[in-house]
Amino acid sequence: MEFLSDIASLINSTLRISTPLVFAAMAGIFAERSGVIDFSLEGKMLMAAFVAAVGSYYLGNPWLGLLLAIIVCVCLSMLHGFASVTHKGDQVVSCVAINILIIGLTTALAAAWFGQAGLTPTLNEDQRFLEIHLPFADALRDIPVIGTLYSDILSGHYVFVYLAYLSVPLVFWIVFKTSFGLRLRAVGENPSAVDTAGINVFTMRYKALAINGVLIAFAGAHLSTAVNANFFREMSAGRGYLALAAMIFGKWHPKTALIACLLFGFTDALQIRLQGVELPAIGEIPVQLIQALPYILTVVLLAGFVGKAIAPNAIGQPYIKER
Amino acid sequence: MVSPILELTNINKSFGHVQANKNINLKINKGTIHGIIGENGAGKSTLMSIVFGLYQANSGSIKINGKEINLRSPRDSIINGIGMVHQHFMLVENFTVLENIILGFEGETVFGEKLQKAKEDLEKLCQTYNFNIDLDATISDLSVGFRQRVEILKSLYRGAEILILDEPTGVLTPQEVDELFKILRSLKDEGKTIVLITHKLIEIMDLTSEVSVMRQGEMVGHTKTEDTSKEQLAEMMVGRSVLLRVDKKKIKKGEIIFKVNNLSVKDDLDVTRVKDVNLEICSGEILGIAGVTGNGQTELLEALSGIRKVESGSIKLFGEKISDQNNFLNPRMLKEKGLAHVPEDRQRMGLISDFKAHENLIFGYHDQEPYSKSAILNNKEITEYSNKVMQEYDVRPNSPNLITSNFSGGNQQKIILSRELNENPKVLLVGQPTRGVDIGAIEFIHQRLIDMRDKGAAILLASVELDEILSLSDRIIVMFDGKIVGEKENKNVTDRELGLLMAGVA
Repeated sequence: MEFLSDIASLINSTLRISTPLVFAAMAGIFAERSGVIDFSLEGKMLMAAFVAAVGSYYLGNPWLGLLLAIIVCVCLSMLHGFASVTHKGDQVVSCVAINILIIGLTTALAAAWFGQAGLTPTLNEDQRFLEIHLPFADALRDIPVIGTLYSDILSGHYVFVYLAYLSVPLVFWIVFKTSFGLRLRAVGENPSAVDTAGINVFTMRYKALAINGVLIAFAGAHLSTAVNANFFREMSAGRGYLALAAMIFGKWHPKTALIACLLFGFTDALQIRLQGVELPAIGEIPVQLIQALPYILTVVLLAGFVGKAIAPNAIGQPYIKER
Repeated sequence: MVSPILELTNINKSFGHVQANKNINLKINKGTIHGIIGENGAGKSTLMSIVFGLYQANSGSIKINGKEINLRSPRDSIINGIGMVHQHFMLVENFTVLENIILGFEGETVFGEKLQKAKEDLEKLCQTYNFNIDLDATISDLSVGFRQRVEILKSLYRGAEILILDEPTGVLTPQEVDELFKILRSLKDEGKTIVLITHKLIEIMDLTSEVSVMRQGEMVGHTKTEDTSKEQLAEMMVGRSVLLRVDKKKIKKGEIIFKVNNLSVKDDLDVTRVKDVNLEICSGEILGIAGVTGNGQTELLEALSGIRKVESGSIKLFGEKISDQNNFLNPRMLKEKGLAHVPEDRQRMGLISDFKAHENLIFGYHDQEPYSKSAILNNKEITEYSNKVMQEYDVRPNSPNLITSNFSGGNQQKIILSRELNENPKVLLVGQPTRGVDIGAIEFIHQRLIDMRDKGAAILLASVELDEILSLSDRIIVMFDGKIVGEKENKNVTDRELGLLMAGVA
């Protein structure tokens, strides 16, 4: 039983740790399917975390914090669009600029408002999201297998965890089953074809970026108002880049991107587990090595196993209509 | 008299400083096939892009059936019954035929009933016009000819009454061209109006009933096709009389100087593109390679010129092995042995577009005297040489300090040609020498190639323009799917015969 509950807790943490990755990967899918590179997932996630924490603190309601985070992230996406869609700037440069801006901005604003560089006050129970315990979770816990599955794995997560996994089929449905999705995919593949079909390429890309902003805000709010009760400096910790890698590994497809996110989440959960554990024959593995595991995995997967990850054909290219 | 279905009045359009269309007036009558002919860069495509709503004119008016309309986007044009088949197809390659056609006109937010209805309607349309297209096929699996049909079907489905085709035959085999023309004639018989943009005189004579000629952004004439001739149209296009036929002396064939044995070559994706090719070229002859784009000509030429590794087989120049699977001489060494190469992609391989003309003119010789001494460029010498050679090759404008990308296609090609012919090569490999080149320059380039041949060079000419192959070559080989599928002396060969070989059916 010890072993089973170990597994259950590992799966439980995998689901929780993967949550921001899933939101970010879905956000990335919208931007990149429309032909706009989005390295700024990292920066936007960080900004969302900051805004959600500050918003919740002042407004006393985490949902209002989330709403603010959404507004700010959509604005940042629009900024990216303004630079790289309207003014045809280099998309990577625009993203890097946003990322750098936000690392500095969050630290500075926190210092100005709360007197601590890069730290916001701790949120109380009313100001943050709490774990949701599904009905009868306690009563069913003792039923073998099903009880563990329901009570220890499915129950007891923050609202974002459920939303993240619900977002995947929703994204799939939008991208592949609606006319908006058809246009979205077309604009990332051959914007000229979209233009000659009488659809405005720029509007399509802005719409995609707006959705991108909404989704990434959830990832940030999850970090600062659910799993943690405050914002701290650079708390996104590369998750935006990891999500981008997962999205590429998943070939810009929601289902496979989800699997990649879970894989990254799992290695992260595993490394937390393995810290300080004595392995037979090997002994204790250095913490640094274990912590590097998800990142090493990223490199290995991207380099070796992606195969022909065929990106949207027009990705990274601003649409130039006239010569 | 009924008003014309499409009437353009005083259309002007500029891109920066370049005025692409100047005061264009044009009337197109319903139910006709109307040709618009002009050289590359004459402004034909720009004009039609304005009609299609893709570009907005700076001034002028557009009337459809006598009613003035304002075209702000392709959507407006499509709603007004205008359809356009672009030179580069506007298709999403990894979408199905159906997805491409309904794009922008889905009629519903979530796919369901309307999609089914669209499919049924399209199947009916396909039957009516005998299109034989599988709606669920992915575009990337279709041949160029079929992709073009998808484009036509797309326009028809969206309700086009006026169908504009921009250089539709450039990528087709003669048989596919026949098929296309059949389709266009049947559309005309149904009462549709066809506008055919082309630079090929023969197509105008074959298909159209009326023709308008453009030159340097201006409309220089309208006439009924039956009242004109190819020569007359060519003169209107260029602004002076042109020689449409190349005068060629009788061949003085020498010994074999270039020999290729069982050559196989792979492309960057590791696909074998040249399969077991054998060929020989003698001095004083032009060997033409005909074939539809993408049948291995590119890789063959790259392997022969030392740019691409050989997979198996060998290449010999003057009996000396210059390339096999183990090692190959680089282009520089080949140049020293008397081999010159005019690459088919002039923007990517022939020139450095951002360099000045004089830099491109001596590139490859830049480290040799008199252009440089002790690793320092001798600008005076270079400029002098550039002035001289640009005059000789009639490069316009004659300004060695102009950035190369500002020259027209024809003049860029002349810059390459002058560089490659500079040292009187013994073997000349030429790919698509006149792609995107105006008639005047074509005449000049062809004459230069013939001169080289008469001086005893062995020339390999790869071209997708059958006319070019037929008028220059002494001997013709046809490539299909990487293999040589036919070889003929250029005597009484017809383009139909070659076309069958090119399609891989003969």
